[in-house]
Amino acid sequence: MDTALHADLSEQTANQRTPILVVRNLNVTFANDNGGLRALQEISFSVFQQEFVCVLGPSGSGKSTLLRLLAGLLVPSQGELLYYGKPLSEARYSVGFVFQRANLMPWRTVLQNVSLPLELQQLPIATAIARAREMLELVGLQSFESALPRDLSGGMAQRVAIARALVHDPDLLLMDEPFGSLDALTRERMGAELLRIWQARRKTVIMVTHSISEALFLADRVLVLSHRPGRLQLDLPVSFDRPRQEDIRYSPAFGEMARRLRRAIAGP
Amino acid sequence: MALPRYSVILVLSAGLLVWQLVAGWSGLPPFILPSPLQVWGRAVLAWEDGSLLRHSLVTLSEVLAGLALGVGLALALGYLLAKSITFERVLSPYIIASQAIPIVAIAPLLVIWFGPGMLSKILICALIVFFPVLVNTIVGLRSVPEELQELMRSLRSTRWQMIRYLEIPSTLPVFLGGLRIGATLSVIGAVVGEFAGADRGLGFLISVGRGSYDTALVFVAVFTLIGMALALYGVVLWLEARLLSWRQRPDQPTLILGEE
Repeated sequence: MDTALHADLSEQTANQRTPILVVRNLNVTFANDNGGLRALQEISFSVFQQEFVCVLGPSGSGKSTLLRLLAGLLVPSQGELLYYGKPLSEARYSVGFVFQRANLMPWRTVLQNVSLPLELQQLPIATAIARAREMLELVGLQSFESALPRDLSGGMAQRVAIARALVHDPDLLLMDEPFGSLDALTRERMGAELLRIWQARRKTVIMVTHSISEALFLADRVLVLSHRPGRLQLDLPVSFDRPRQEDIRYSPAFGEMARRLRRAIAGP
Repeated sequence: MALPRYSVILVLSAGLLVWQLVAGWSGLPPFILPSPLQVWGRAVLAWEDGSLLRHSLVTLSEVLAGLALGVGLALALGYLLAKSITFERVLSPYIIASQAIPIVAIAPLLVIWFGPGMLSKILICALIVFFPVLVNTIVGLRSVPEELQELMRSLRSTRWQMIRYLEIPSTLPVFLGGLRIGATLSVIGAVVGEFAGADRGLGFLISVGRGSYDTALVFVAVFTLIGMALALYGVVLWLEARLLSWRQRPDQPTLILGEE
């Protein structure tokens, strides 16, 4: 059954999709006292238009490093990052980044936090505010627009962060354990919420997570990184029908894939 | 323990009353301890002949100019030091050494170099204001959250946008804390400068009062200086209330520490 899934998906990707992001032989070494710390080793993968990719791996496998590379916050020591066939370092594309903690500016209201990316692009303030309002509506927080971040719950703050990451219509949404600091129930609700937003906006998403079931529930593909130095251990397609319902979490196929992922994370 | 507002006035009045009684009963001559009423009479006199206002305005101008100069320099240098380790390594020994020199000791030097006019007082003010504002600026800039910096970079912010949208608002609380200290110190700076050699200002007025056994005049000048320092402090508190309204405020802000 697994091989059938594989064949199905690779055919689909070959025929209908073009990769928007190609990562080739990526190596990252951080300088330290004893010759350098290897964070990522020979990573290669492609991400396709509108694909939802989750990255799993044990702590210290360089998941966050990978994400920061894709955001242009870090430069690889070796290897290539191609965006629509062009090297990423030349024309940096626009990304939306969602951090583990909501990372809002405490002196800005909810609305001002969401409009920040547009203000930085120097859009007229009226346009920025109007589009920020639209995004707040999408995440269901329109009545909190003049609240300050300190008045929000963890889940609400993270929804504001997602609205902010999408407001400037980025090519790629990068999420670094966005729900890691939330409690289990809020976390599942946020996952469903994210799927709804993703279906409304059809963005390409790359999300780092610690949760196997979250990855399987959300993603089209799950990448597993090994322990340091992070190597690509597994590239698992997940082909549950969309829109997905909560009960797929209890299906045998889900359990089987969860087992494979757990084995891959634990290492050889 | 929430004291009613008028408790301050009550305590002040009690203090004045005790002072008046001590001055009356001790039999000390007014050139040693004038009574509050005598001080008040002297203040009215000094106000009417225009000398109090004239000297106060001189000192206030020195304080404000010195404050502006000191804060401006501290901000510019603080930014460089916070951003560049090299700059910090090269400059910090000099900056710390400059703080080891008592301001009273170099005030005469500055008067010799820059004359007995306002310029030397402004420089002394600036010098005394500079350090606390500098340190707080550096601390504030260094504690700008790493993740917010990453956010700004991921949004491809320019250097100037980074300063305007992140570094200024994030540093403001700590900076205003430094300004609060600097504002009161600047009054001291001006007076020290005027002691070292001047023909105008409240410090000069104190010298004149002391020299002519007009102790009441000394008190008038001292109280004016206290008023000036409190007013400056109040302006900074008002700025904090205006600019930092996004911060959670304690129920009872104290005068000394505010909402630190």
